[in-house]
Amino acid sequence: MSDQQLTCEELVEIVTEYLDGGLSDAERERFEEHVVVCSGCANYLDQIRMTIEIAGRVTVDDLMEETKTELLAAFKDWKRE
Amino acid sequence: MDTVDSSYVPPPGQAAIVDALKRGDEHTFSDLVTEYSPSMLRVARTYVSSRAVAEEVVQEAWLGVISGIGRFEGRASLKTWIFRIVTNIAKTRGEREGRSVPFSSVGGREGEGEAAVDPNRFLDSGRWAGHWTSAPSRWSELPEEQLVGDETAGIVKAAIAALPEVQRTVITLRDVEGWSSEEVRNALDLSETNQRVILHRARSKVRNALEEYLDGEQT
Repeated sequence: MSDQQLTCEELVEIVTEYLDGGLSDAERERFEEHVVVCSGCANYLDQIRMTIEIAGRVTVDDLMEETKTELLAAFKDWKRE
Repeated sequence: MDTVDSSYVPPPGQAAIVDALKRGDEHTFSDLVTEYSPSMLRVARTYVSSRAVAEEVVQEAWLGVISGIGRFEGRASLKTWIFRIVTNIAKTRGEREGRSVPFSSVGGREGEGEAAVDPNRFLDSGRWAGHWTSAPSRWSELPEEQLVGDETAGIVKAAIAALPEVQRTVITLRDVEGWSSEEVRNALDLSETNQRVILHRARSKVRNALEEYLDGEQT
């Protein structure tokens, strides 16, 4: 298995591991060799990177205002003690 | 994993924050509540039955932070310490509600058997088996304003919202809020492999949704 080249279908399944630095040196080499010669997979890797980047701009839900107000009040009480 | 490491060096600025909290500085407390509460809610929500209960858990956790900060010794990051409190409270609450721990039971299964990309996009036989039949396009050639636009971010947000709960939580913590895999594993009690499989499924689906939107517009 280790001598065989990665197929594109296999590569898309280990992209996350690659980006997290979870591949062994040999696996990483196979991955990078593939991406160099395969524009489809190079684009795929870019797309995943852009997906992560765009996700970083998404806004998130927050606590209800009244909960925050209550917490701040609790903090003030604690300070007074 | 989250064991205390003697070589641990707290992040810059942490000591000042902890001191301010111990002194009762309201501004510092309020900033922390704003910064961490969304993630705390998300973590809590994976252990309990409703958003309302999650909100109670977060509130209780902050009260725990207030009463415990005097004993915080800075041997782990403040963030790790706070999230350990949230996780403990949420777990107890979830058990009381009779909810099973979500990840150990579901986490492994949730990702399996799903391909990152539709198998029909790869050749299934011949010398080039497993290679693209319709390769992904170059998004970097798209107009910049399309990639950075609110509408594109909205597509991603909707795609994340549509994910199964565990996937949604992991991708939100990792990619929306920028947590490390270790932080996510600690807060959610996930193995390294599980965390990665779940994140992988989530990202793949969000990419698919983006592709549908971006490439659909092109043609």
